[in-house]
Amino acid sequence: MSAGTALVDIRGLTVDFGSLRAVDGVDLRLEAGERLGIVGESGSGKSVTMLALMQLVGAPGVVRADKLEFLGRDLLELSARERRAVIGRDMAMVFQDALSALNPSYTVGAQIAEVLREHLGLRGAAARARVLELLELVEIPDAKRRADAYPHQLSGGMNQRVMIAMAIACSPRLLIADEPTTALDVTIQAQIMALLLRLSTEQGMGLVMITHDLAVVAELTQRVAVMYAGQLVEEGAVPALFDAPRHPYTEALLAAIPEHNRGAARLQALPGIVPGAHDRPAGCLLAPRCAYAVERCRAERPPLAAGVRCFLPRGEPKP
Amino acid sequence: MAAAPASPWRESWRSFAANRGALAALGVFALIALAALLAPWLAPHDPVLQYRDHMLAPPMWADGGSRAFPLGTDELGRDMLSRLLWGGRISLGLGLASVLLSMLPGVLLGLVAAFHQHALAPVIMRVMDVMLALPSLLLAICVITVLGPGLANTAIAIAIGALPGFTRLARAAALAEIGRDYVTASRLAGAGTGRLMFAAVLPNCMAPLIVNASLSFSSAILSAAGLGFLGLGVQAPLAEWGTMLATARDYMERAGWVVTLPGLAILVSVLAVNLIGDGLRDALDPKLKRAA
Repeated sequence: MSAGTALVDIRGLTVDFGSLRAVDGVDLRLEAGERLGIVGESGSGKSVTMLALMQLVGAPGVVRADKLEFLGRDLLELSARERRAVIGRDMAMVFQDALSALNPSYTVGAQIAEVLREHLGLRGAAARARVLELLELVEIPDAKRRADAYPHQLSGGMNQRVMIAMAIACSPRLLIADEPTTALDVTIQAQIMALLLRLSTEQGMGLVMITHDLAVVAELTQRVAVMYAGQLVEEGAVPALFDAPRHPYTEALLAAIPEHNRGAARLQALPGIVPGAHDRPAGCLLAPRCAYAVERCRAERPPLAAGVRCFLPRGEPKP
Repeated sequence: MAAAPASPWRESWRSFAANRGALAALGVFALIALAALLAPWLAPHDPVLQYRDHMLAPPMWADGGSRAFPLGTDELGRDMLSRLLWGGRISLGLGLASVLLSMLPGVLLGLVAAFHQHALAPVIMRVMDVMLALPSLLLAICVITVLGPGLANTAIAIAIGALPGFTRLARAAALAEIGRDYVTASRLAGAGTGRLMFAAVLPNCMAPLIVNASLSFSSAILSAAGLGFLGLGVQAPLAEWGTMLATARDYMERAGWVVTLPGLAILVSVLAVNLIGDGLRDALDPKLKRAA
């Protein structure tokens, strides 16, 4: 891999489900070892974007992109077999609900061993040793006994750790975490995040964190992409974007965090919902919900310029 | 290992064993199956040998019964006990064969339909709907008319009738599993369709399939008996419980045992299998298990 090759390079990604455009012209670039947060409310297309990258969008979804590169290889041009080999080994995913993301019919040890066998050719005692090593790496106590447990016999936090162990089993270049801490309680959340951060820095693994929890993004990532209704509306480095959000939507997301509303009688919330398939406005997609919208916002759709998709960005970019 | 966690199958066995009726039924069925299996050694006589001096001899406890024929003889002087034992082999074997013959292709078709929802599912499922629209006995009669009567053809005919049930059940169970994250996860890990079908999804669909298999086993025994009774199933001189009933019905008034005994054999084994099926359903039903 040459020095100039990005880990992930997406240009103009569009995903349609019938008449619904779930992802609309998304550009994303991720360098090796970089940690990116993708933020947005439900239905904003953040998960579908990653599913498209992993080639997991099935019929009736249609994926189109000018460029969909992973490790310098265009995923749209690979055969199914090549794609499975590339994606399965170098890309891994941690799901939101670990209990349903583990196969209930097999012990967790057997499930991790299967990944090792398929991609690294490890078998028997070697596979077993590596399974225990991985379980210890994700800080599961008493790994020997836990490896023989079925998913329903473990707690949510344990299952999430198993899921992470399985994801990092082949030392992937990219780990995609889809709201990995949403189903867990707060103390476990912090542990899982610390674990992800540690693994990512230790192994130089790129991390994409899909979440609606801005606190997670602030703690864990270097850069954040804010999505709204299938479009990227703002992108920027983490502290700067939080200190001075430029898109009204980012501003509204930040304002809705309970800590920013301490003392107020009501939480600030963005009125309305993400537009659906049949009520997409002609102009800016946020215009109907935006407090700052002017005539131009309703008539014309703003382009993504200097990291923000807005005619009237808030504040000025930090020098 | 000191405290290895119990596997799901062991847990299911525990909750099955807690059901006394099902456990008793399992015992009874095991006894019947064992007797059928050991027929060559247990049977006192050759099942097709005709003792012309002892036609319609009553069982040994009735007046005129003898120890030589513990359960009496039929209209041609063949020993009832021997025929029942040998008939058990055929009846139970027929049940087993037709369950396997319908379950294996049915599960395969169901999985294929679940995984190819746009290309193959409509074709497979409409064919199954057409098969479901015909009464199963009529369908079996049609098949036998084409293939000709006989042991293997009876099994095939019954299996074809039970095929749609397995296909629909397997498809429904697989569809419920396909949407779950672990399937996506193994697809991401590089699993191909075949692997997804058989290694990831199928083990999680087994519970309803096992229950259906046990229940269709009993209905297969009944269908075989019914076809035998109509003269389309197993052909004489082979002993099969339904055929025995059919040939003996003319002597019902004079010699009750020739009808009662095969009827009882069918009744007891079907009842036992049904009770086992009910117990399995309770033990394997995920909703009941989660609640416990």
